[in-house]
Amino acid sequence: MIKIKNLKASIEDKAILKGINLEIPKGEIHVIMGRNGSGKSTLANVIAGNETYEVDGGSIAMNGNDITEMSIENRALQGLFLCFQYPVAIPGVSMAYFLRAALNAKNKHDGEEEMDAVKFLATAKKILSELGLDDSFLKRSINDGFSGGEKKKSEILQLLMLNPQLAVLDETDSGLDVDALRTVAKGVNEFKNDNNSVLIITHYQRLLEYIKPDVVHIMIDGKIVKSGDMTLVHEVEKNGYSWLVK
Amino acid sequence: MIDKNQQIIDSTLDQEYKYGFTTDIETTTFEPGLDEGVITKLSKLKKEPQWLLDWRLKAYESWKKMEEPTWAQVDYTPVDYQALSYYSAPKYKQNDSLDDVDPDIIETYNKLGISLNEQKRLEGVAVDAVFDSVSVATTFKKELAKHGVIFCSFSEAVIDHPELVKKYLGSVIPSTDNYFAALNSAVFSDGSFVYIPKNVRCPMELSTYFRINAANTGQFERTLIIADEGSHVSYLEGCTAPMRDENQLHAACVELVAHKDATIKYSTIQNWYAGDKEGKGGIYNFVTKRGICTGDRAKISWTQVETGSAVTWKYPSVIMQGDHSVGEFYSVAVTKNKQQADTGTKMIHIGKNTKSTIISKGISAGEGQNTYRGGVKILKNADNARNFSQCDSILIGNKCGAHTFPYIDVKNPTAKMEHEATTSSIGEDQLFYCNQRGINLDDAVSMIVNGFCKEVFAELPMEFAVEAKQLIEVTLENSVG
Repeated sequence: MIKIKNLKASIEDKAILKGINLEIPKGEIHVIMGRNGSGKSTLANVIAGNETYEVDGGSIAMNGNDITEMSIENRALQGLFLCFQYPVAIPGVSMAYFLRAALNAKNKHDGEEEMDAVKFLATAKKILSELGLDDSFLKRSINDGFSGGEKKKSEILQLLMLNPQLAVLDETDSGLDVDALRTVAKGVNEFKNDNNSVLIITHYQRLLEYIKPDVVHIMIDGKIVKSGDMTLVHEVEKNGYSWLVK
Repeated sequence: MIDKNQQIIDSTLDQEYKYGFTTDIETTTFEPGLDEGVITKLSKLKKEPQWLLDWRLKAYESWKKMEEPTWAQVDYTPVDYQALSYYSAPKYKQNDSLDDVDPDIIETYNKLGISLNEQKRLEGVAVDAVFDSVSVATTFKKELAKHGVIFCSFSEAVIDHPELVKKYLGSVIPSTDNYFAALNSAVFSDGSFVYIPKNVRCPMELSTYFRINAANTGQFERTLIIADEGSHVSYLEGCTAPMRDENQLHAACVELVAHKDATIKYSTIQNWYAGDKEGKGGIYNFVTKRGICTGDRAKISWTQVETGSAVTWKYPSVIMQGDHSVGEFYSVAVTKNKQQADTGTKMIHIGKNTKSTIISKGISAGEGQNTYRGGVKILKNADNARNFSQCDSILIGNKCGAHTFPYIDVKNPTAKMEHEATTSSIGEDQLFYCNQRGINLDDAVSMIVNGFCKEVFAELPMEFAVEAKQLIEVTLENSVG
């Protein structure tokens, strides 16, 4: 699904990613754990094409196509979705309007017909109820005055509506209470199937009580220093990250 | 990222103004210059009664003693008032029938998307077309007359309804009110006149389309709308002009009178030529607009979408004299390239339980400068007056500016005032968010800006809300920052 080779990136001449190698096959869930400042969120942003960061070397390929130089929206249209850590508010633009614009852009790119309003509403309402959100959520301005939980649920709503091939979850578990965390995890599990992939970025293990990853990577100072299975998560939980620093 | 955005902004600045063409027609045009003789000649040409000529001359006398105002946050080359021509009109036979209007003029309006042919018009919208100094056609007059509604050019009103004109002309904006109003009072050449009789709800939207065509000519139109007791009218004006290297002056006056229980809704879509990207040429839009709610429960609502003009100086205001009367001002002002806008409103509360609302949205792109200037005055006897003001600015790029000058003067302790103001830029983070969902830059900018203007667009009549939205989209295309 995605193949990252020796990826290096910096912001304002400060190197953050120092040679990332990562491959996520179709149908797998991978987790990247690491301390604050290790470069995890930078990786999520660079994958999505955020131009605040400078790519200094290496490559990112999706389904065999090099996307390293591709624009943000084209990556999205290829099926890349980023669940934002801090989703930004856009006052006056309703959730429904925004979602339809995103869906239409995707359908147009895929050469499909636009989803009609009736089907759109029916699909959205079903997901909303699963997320424990009221239908009126669609009328609210995106992320404007949303609580922390609502912001993350809004991201999951978009994930389920747009149904991408690769979902990158950037600290989606931060700032959530247990109930919201469960709801979000349920949404991710519902999204997941054999034909798509998930990359979870976190520095807690609590989300992993609900979502079972296939591979766990540990990131320290811009590099993936160790990869393994769930036992790695428990080791980090018990002993911290220090033992992994060479 | 910044450099790339700057390039995109710069490319926007090259965007062509769609309405910048000129129409080649025969005209009657006065020699440049202004004195009593010119005013008398204008008045005679229009077959005006003596009282109106006297009114003009009095205004001219006071104008000569006045100084051009300099308090606005705008910078422009001074106007040489003696170098302007004060009258330019197409030569054609004045008649009621559209068949007699010069086909070139009809074609001009067609090109602007305004059909003067009643059958082809948007249903339910009557149009008065003002070309340079004169009204060339007014549609649906007969239909409106069935309801007792008078909708005609100002010149016709002077001849056909002198008692109404004499009673109301200058009753809201005295001829000595300010420099540009005084000039307009002396030399105004035409405009629209509306009278809605008691308890009549005007059956269609009324609109005036102003077109400046001639060079070196000032356009000085005057609009007077009277809504008698219990009546209701919605009126819209649109404006365009050719692209020229010289600045052209447009100094209009609009007076609104809403009697007891009457409502006037006045909307403007102003798209005068704004000058080129170096700031050369463009219209000086120096306009005085004011309405009075004379009776109880009267309501006046101004909505404006200002995208054109090199310099805008405009403060549509409401005097709330009647108890429970209401004043509203909804504004979207866009400045790009080197455009400057100093615009806002004055809300004057005289009656008890009067209520005013101000929603102002300023959008600055390129090197545009956008100023909101608003005054709210609560007089001594205006018990329980309420005002809500919200002034938001959005900046696109890093070379533009937004300024807010709210003036508040409260003389009654029961008044309730609320003021909110925000300034923000279209953030890289907002654009990144939209792009990440597959929405391209242009669509993202238009989505964000339309969201920002939502409350104002909601006030426009339906057909024009769509037009306003498109106008903003075209204006800001590729202007990411």
